[in-house]
Amino acid sequence: MYDVAIVGAGVVGSAIARELAKFKVSACVIEKDEDVCNGTSKANSAIVHAGFDAKPGTLKAKLNVRGNEMMDELSKELDFPFKRNGSLVVCTKDQDPALLDELVEKAKANGVEVQILERDELIKMEPNLADDVVKALYAPTGAIVCPFHLTMALAENAADNGVEFFLNTEVTKIEKKDDRYVISTDKDTIEAKTVVNAAGVYADKFNNMVSEHKLEIIARRGQYMLLDKDAGSHVSRTIFQLPSKMGKGVLVTPTVHGNLLVGPTAEDIDDKEGVNTTAEGLGSLAATSAQSVKNVPMRQVITSFAGLRAHEVNGDFVIGEAEDAPGFFNAAGIESPGLSSAPAIGEMVASQVAEKLGLEKNPNFNGKRKGILNPATLSIEERNELIKKQPAYGNIICRCEMVTEGEILDAIHRTLGARSLDGVKRRTRAGMGRCQAGFCSPKTMEILEREVPMSMFDVTKNGKDAKIVFGYNKKI
Amino acid sequence: MNYDLVIVGGGPAGLAAAIAAKDNGIDSILIIERDRELGGILNQCIHNGFGLHTFKEELTGPEYASRFIAQVEERGIEYKLNTMVMDIANDKTVTAMNSTDGMFTVQAKAVVLAMGCRERSRGALNIPGYRPAGIFSAGTAQRLVNIEGYMPGRRVVILGSGDIGLIMARRMTLEGAKVLAVAELMPYSGGLKRNIVQCLDDFDIPLYLSHTVVDIQGKERVEGITIAEVGPDRKPIPGTEIHYDCDTLLLSCGLLPENELSKTAGVELSPITSGPVVNDSLETNIPGVFACGNVLHVHDLVDFVSQEATNAGKNAAKFIKEGEQKTSKEIEILPVDGVRYTVPKYVRPEVMDDTLTVRFRVGQVFKGCAIATYFGDELISKRKRPVMAPGEMEQVVLKKSQLAEYPDIKNITIKIEEA
Repeated sequence: MYDVAIVGAGVVGSAIARELAKFKVSACVIEKDEDVCNGTSKANSAIVHAGFDAKPGTLKAKLNVRGNEMMDELSKELDFPFKRNGSLVVCTKDQDPALLDELVEKAKANGVEVQILERDELIKMEPNLADDVVKALYAPTGAIVCPFHLTMALAENAADNGVEFFLNTEVTKIEKKDDRYVISTDKDTIEAKTVVNAAGVYADKFNNMVSEHKLEIIARRGQYMLLDKDAGSHVSRTIFQLPSKMGKGVLVTPTVHGNLLVGPTAEDIDDKEGVNTTAEGLGSLAATSAQSVKNVPMRQVITSFAGLRAHEVNGDFVIGEAEDAPGFFNAAGIESPGLSSAPAIGEMVASQVAEKLGLEKNPNFNGKRKGILNPATLSIEERNELIKKQPAYGNIICRCEMVTEGEILDAIHRTLGARSLDGVKRRTRAGMGRCQAGFCSPKTMEILEREVPMSMFDVTKNGKDAKIVFGYNKKI
Repeated sequence: MNYDLVIVGGGPAGLAAAIAAKDNGIDSILIIERDRELGGILNQCIHNGFGLHTFKEELTGPEYASRFIAQVEERGIEYKLNTMVMDIANDKTVTAMNSTDGMFTVQAKAVVLAMGCRERSRGALNIPGYRPAGIFSAGTAQRLVNIEGYMPGRRVVILGSGDIGLIMARRMTLEGAKVLAVAELMPYSGGLKRNIVQCLDDFDIPLYLSHTVVDIQGKERVEGITIAEVGPDRKPIPGTEIHYDCDTLLLSCGLLPENELSKTAGVELSPITSGPVVNDSLETNIPGVFACGNVLHVHDLVDFVSQEATNAGKNAAKFIKEGEQKTSKEIEILPVDGVRYTVPKYVRPEVMDDTLTVRFRVGQVFKGCAIATYFGDELISKRKRPVMAPGEMEQVVLKKSQLAEYPDIKNITIKIEEA
């Protein structure tokens, strides 16, 4: 029996797992997909919000601000890309500038540093702001992060400190029996003293199995377009829009990898797997983004995607032990600013669980994790030294993102290593560039076949039945 | 490391350029190829139809490539395989990397850009729907089938009637798959007429012109594709949807010259072709940097790539031996009235060869029209063409002797006129 079973290996489940690893605990994470970071955590704005937006006093406000504070050190400890690029909420001439003042008040209450800037100053910072922009709220602590690397770093470090991960394992039922929870899955049954529910859009389902305090989580879809690195410097800060009659608006932001990201839409949908994009959704992004940023080069879109926010109907995060289900802890309704808050949610839930179980500190916890080496960050001399020792670092597999075989080998062989094309892509960026895996996918498949090792016919895009090839020629 | 000539890319363009440079007196040549063998994309083009112009016989892609590779070997031209060019600086230093040499720099006197092109991806096409496995560019599928021997699909819909898509419709059928339909956004095919006949008609595969994919279904692997007719604005017309149960979508929606290296070197690119802007020597705005093949503009026939690359190689040799061509005059070729672009864009009457082949594409289908060439305002030639389509490259040949008779013209115009 485990002390703790965490359901869901997204950024929240992984953050909780890592914080729990700081205690002497037997813990596991149960994930239905083949990899960590495969749901909401992988398809979002990749923003670490400053924290001025959430309603003062809410969990969203408190955990956003704390999560933002934690990121600098965490990014150093866990070696993931993070950049404080600052953010602007822009007000156009047709909008009510009083709305900006309201944000200033909220920022004050939440303890977030902001200032109001006028157009002449703004245009020096961001020459591509729309002509109608008259003033903006500037938050210097706004930041961008790589959500894949954040999640993987947390999960890898948790695993390296003894947390077990059961991937490809779908929880079907959770029952309280005497002193324990019995968790049925499509594989083995798992027993644990406590359960942490970090199941994203499905968190309501699991809560409602054990608690009479029912939750209702709505999948709120957000569609995005990702632009070529050529367009990556179109803006250098994250540009938000003021909410208006037309909706909440979309953001335009650089990513930590140098692309430009535009989105999201906001549509409540019935299907909790409904990550499809639509012509209307994608079509709306160009016009909406133009209200804050001009001349976004939409011809340079390299991919589009959709993610689902786990919106709980009451609007705030739902965190903590369910009143009528002792030992069952929720981390539910984690929509925006969930990514920003994740490290703080990890801290909060882990300390609650530790208190419940009377856990002691783990003196052997090692919070350091080394990311996948990007040889492009080395000098030519260092790079040649590396290639001499490990020739795979001289072999470029993905020509668009210049990813070497050495990085792909690292991605496969490290803790919780990649087992699919998407797994390799999210860890190394191979296939994430402008040709979108056209050239490198056959080569990456070959490496997976050789290194995992696995049959070519079992290589998938992202697990389960997402097979790439069906058989040899003439034998299908 | 120093070489007189560095050729970036060992596909058909790079090979022909190397051979021509050697035959024009340059001994110090290095071809840098990123793949594991010379020949480029021809190695996966195992169908026939190559070489009709060059060798007067029908060869497969690998056979065509092997003839050029043999010539490179005979001449003892150096090449490095599995080697990626990481950077080209405007002083013609080329930085490259492989597993055995690590990162190294080559100083060249001249550079030929022959990097080829890539396919437009699903993302760039903005096709809505899910993102399951089973969506491939036609060239990726071609590599999987023809090089690796793996079938990427059983029931297939193809979007785009570019030549690779048409060829793959036939190949997938021959290898045991069912190709349900080819949808083409435009009211005409983007591929060669002969490929429509030999790859679709002969196998009863329907071609839907003015149709596009409006939805992709399937959360893990593709489960279905919906296509719909588009109006003159290329927007789908509601009510015209056709659904296919299938597991695969192949995309053959255009090729993009791969000029990321050219861009960082400071080479000026054409917004129409996405390839370098060149003069009659196929020289870019950087003296001594030449371009040829699909990195310059996308070709239909490899024979023309070889011809073009031969010129680039010859001109690079001339540059190495004689230095920059001094000329007092450069005439711009203006593409108008249906002509989308021309390669080259500039002609230098004093230094050009005796004849110059100007290649271009038209912007729409023209029936019973003519290609007209004007020197200044004066009509010089008019050649009737029964049918012209964007999928087939056209050409005009300019003569040095004729240009010499018009010393005062400011530009040359090529346009489509009524016959």
